[in-house]
Amino acid sequence: MNGIHDLGGKEGFGPVRFSPNAPVFHAPWEVRANALYSLAVKQGIYNMDEYRYAIERMEPRHYLNASYYERSLTSLASLCVEKGLVSHEELEHRAHGRFPLARPPAAGRPNQPGRERFVPGDLVRVREDHVSGHARMPGYIRGKIGRVVTESPPYPFPDAHAHGVAAQPEPTYDVQFNSLDLWPGCAEPAKVHVSVFQSYLERASEH
Amino acid sequence: MTPSTQQDPAKRVASIEDRVAAIESVLDDHAMQPDAFVNTFTEWATEEWLPANGARVVAKAWTEPDFHARLLANGIAAVSELGLPMPAHHRHLVALENTTTVHNVICCTLCSCTAFTIIGLPPDWYKDLEYRARVVRESRTVLREMGLELAPEVEIRVWDTTADTRYLVLPERPAGTEGWTQERLASLVTKEGLIGVARI
Repeated sequence: MNGIHDLGGKEGFGPVRFSPNAPVFHAPWEVRANALYSLAVKQGIYNMDEYRYAIERMEPRHYLNASYYERSLTSLASLCVEKGLVSHEELEHRAHGRFPLARPPAAGRPNQPGRERFVPGDLVRVREDHVSGHARMPGYIRGKIGRVVTESPPYPFPDAHAHGVAAQPEPTYDVQFNSLDLWPGCAEPAKVHVSVFQSYLERASEH
Repeated sequence: MTPSTQQDPAKRVASIEDRVAAIESVLDDHAMQPDAFVNTFTEWATEEWLPANGARVVAKAWTEPDFHARLLANGIAAVSELGLPMPAHHRHLVALENTTTVHNVICCTLCSCTAFTIIGLPPDWYKDLEYRARVVRESRTVLREMGLELAPEVEIRVWDTTADTRYLVLPERPAGTEGWTQERLASLVTKEGLIGVARI
């Protein structure tokens, strides 16, 4: 989905709030929230793609204001409600107040038919797909041309796996893009490497 | 707006601690023993998933050419030689070698993916909006702001963790460390170095 989570290349943000050796957790509830979402994955309540998609479906104002662990908690709670472990009403009763959840899911999709196998050195174009379901294609590479560097082992296709849609595992390709192709005239020179699922790619011809 | 906020907009949002407790009680209802798991998870997160793991990998790669080659060929197999596990959904670990002319830096623009068992759970700044939005587009400026000034001739490669391949930056071995033990070398390697926002 073209959601608020898709931040790569968005402008207007200030300096990174960086400190070396920053603590991972700041409060006991954070480690609990992290543990609980991880437990639900281990228990088979949902998979990582469903988990990521439920974060992406958070109302944008909530997403931008929530800390990382609040987003984790919101995804966990949303999926527990959607999968029938508890009602939203009961959850709010137990929490003694409102418990904002993610917005409802859209439909997923199976793998791209007729997708191609690539080898390192191949020139590829990212398909101009727009989907409202889950996807792992950052918007900044849509329609862009890059070069395959390596192939990674097959993994369930996220656009299907987040939605319970049957699909085949497929490889991802490490594709190297030039930052000045991604944002022509408006980026600092760099190579940007993105792990791109096979279904998102088509062959491009040499210029 | 969620359905219940539409029904009752005046009701206040529950505290984050109360929301965590509520969902924990739901998992408890379903016999998932959340309390025990929180303890186990806390131990993993604070005592096992540490950047010291990645530091051991780097120090071994700096001193053993055969291991260096195996690490570049198959990261998961190489780190398992040191008894370091990776979760099942991390299908591939790629070591990114810095040289005098290439500098690698890792990010996840869509969320916060990292090889957390090897480099530790990601810090706040890695998950923040600023780093995710900016590092792919203005990497040199972002690194400079974070204290890493790279020479103009150094090529920057930014690796966006958008699938289930995970990355580990293999920093350059610092000059003047000839003859050091792996343990002493490992003590130089930080989480920031393994992510690529600092040089060692």
